[in-house]
Amino acid sequence: MKKIVILGAGTAGTMMANHLHHELDKKEWDITIIDEREKHYYQPGYLFLPFDMYEPEEIVKEIKDFIPKGVQLLSGKIEKINAAGNLVQMENGDQLPYELLIVATGAKIAPEETEGMKGKEWQQSVFDFYTFEGALALRDKLRQWEGGRLVVHITEMPIKCPVAPLEFAFLADSFFKHKDMRSKVDITYVTPLSGAFTKPKATAALDHLLHEKNITIESDFAIAEVDNENKKIIDYGGREIPFDLLVTVPTNKGDELMERSGLGDDLNYIPTNKATLQSQAYPNIFVLGDASNIPASKAGSVAHFEAEILTENIKHFIKGEPLKEEFDGHANCFIETGNGKALLIDFNYTHEPVEGEFPFAGIGPLRLLKESRMNHMGKLAFKWIYWNVLLRGTHIPFVSATMQESGKHFSAT
Amino acid sequence: MEKIIEGKTISVNEEGYLTNFTQWDKNIGEAISKEVNITLTPRHWQVISYLQDEFKKESPLSIRKIGKSGVVDIKEFYALFPNAPLKTATKIAGIPKPASCI
Repeated sequence: MKKIVILGAGTAGTMMANHLHHELDKKEWDITIIDEREKHYYQPGYLFLPFDMYEPEEIVKEIKDFIPKGVQLLSGKIEKINAAGNLVQMENGDQLPYELLIVATGAKIAPEETEGMKGKEWQQSVFDFYTFEGALALRDKLRQWEGGRLVVHITEMPIKCPVAPLEFAFLADSFFKHKDMRSKVDITYVTPLSGAFTKPKATAALDHLLHEKNITIESDFAIAEVDNENKKIIDYGGREIPFDLLVTVPTNKGDELMERSGLGDDLNYIPTNKATLQSQAYPNIFVLGDASNIPASKAGSVAHFEAEILTENIKHFIKGEPLKEEFDGHANCFIETGNGKALLIDFNYTHEPVEGEFPFAGIGPLRLLKESRMNHMGKLAFKWIYWNVLLRGTHIPFVSATMQESGKHFSAT
Repeated sequence: MEKIIEGKTISVNEEGYLTNFTQWDKNIGEAISKEVNITLTPRHWQVISYLQDEFKKESPLSIRKIGKSGVVDIKEFYALFPNAPLKTATKIAGIPKPASCI
């Protein structure tokens, strides 16, 4: 039997296990998936936990419930990938040989990268919401917080779900309004980017929303340190922003396994071909989801589209056929804007988010780059889709892996 | 869109970044630096040529990466190109504004 090993049973790895289990000849291929955890977290839910919009139980399930029978699930810590020897070495000394390796180990926060971030104010007045524990601690804080200066902050790009901090700021506005204390809260959005977003049209729309919601934006802020004594963040240019409550998105990094294995870049992301998803160093290693260095969003939707294309490429690779350079960076993200509304954006490497209708041109029902209740319903429905459709590797009807240009109002520039 | 710098017609995007690096030369770099009120010293040019080399290698640029480049540390990078150094330096260098991948 030939062996495929998948590292990581998060969104990307679980989808790949399901796809490959359906597609490959079971008499020929043996599939193993490895993760050190036993729980699968619905990460988009971390945004809603702090505001008491979701219960913790809604966003945690058992990994094993999503791995198909016939795929071996191995629980344990990976020590090293020996890429030259085609071996995965486990911490307990076990060695797993492979013909083909799929890396889906994701990205996680590294607050220790910023001076003072993990200081004495960590989880006192400095919080993250990119971990289950962080989001819960922030929920407890927000339940009893009496107001002051709330600073929502991005440390550096790239981060997982780049729109999440914006959504956090919008939801915070809505949350404090409902608690009848918005006048006691100053909200400032601090970003290393030069606006709310990197792409011009979406930036214009989102800057407008920030303004409308009375959220101050501080752009081009490259943090040098968190000053715990005086409760302020300071950037390399000397700019200071005081806070009473800092909600930060720390530096994101790939798994340290890449550093131990000599496979990552300076942030532990694996250099990967952005169109085929093959690693640049080893032809029999493929990378999807947040673990790669491709210039696409680190988002579940991207992992979903990648999984469909990577499955085809793995079939080509096995047959010795050339890989298809098909992945276009397609991302599709809901942006919660508060008060029961949301925006939707759909874009790829070359096409920025614009206005339009999705998935049907001229019809919708979802509106691109415009606030609507329907978009918010879409975001909420997505949790059900995630657990029941997406993770199982079932194609979502009418949503193609590559971006569709129809229904989008591109201007002729 | 197009813009005339130093008598040459250059393609730029709406934010003034060159869209075709082959049209760049040192005079154009000088002219853009004046628009953003920076007087270029040999130290600036060292950083600019580092950025251009990375661009030619298609290697994504970030503040972190520049800090670790050995060419310049982050504090000095800010001193050379105040406020938003990466944005300003890439504009002068004639290369795209780093995408920061959204």
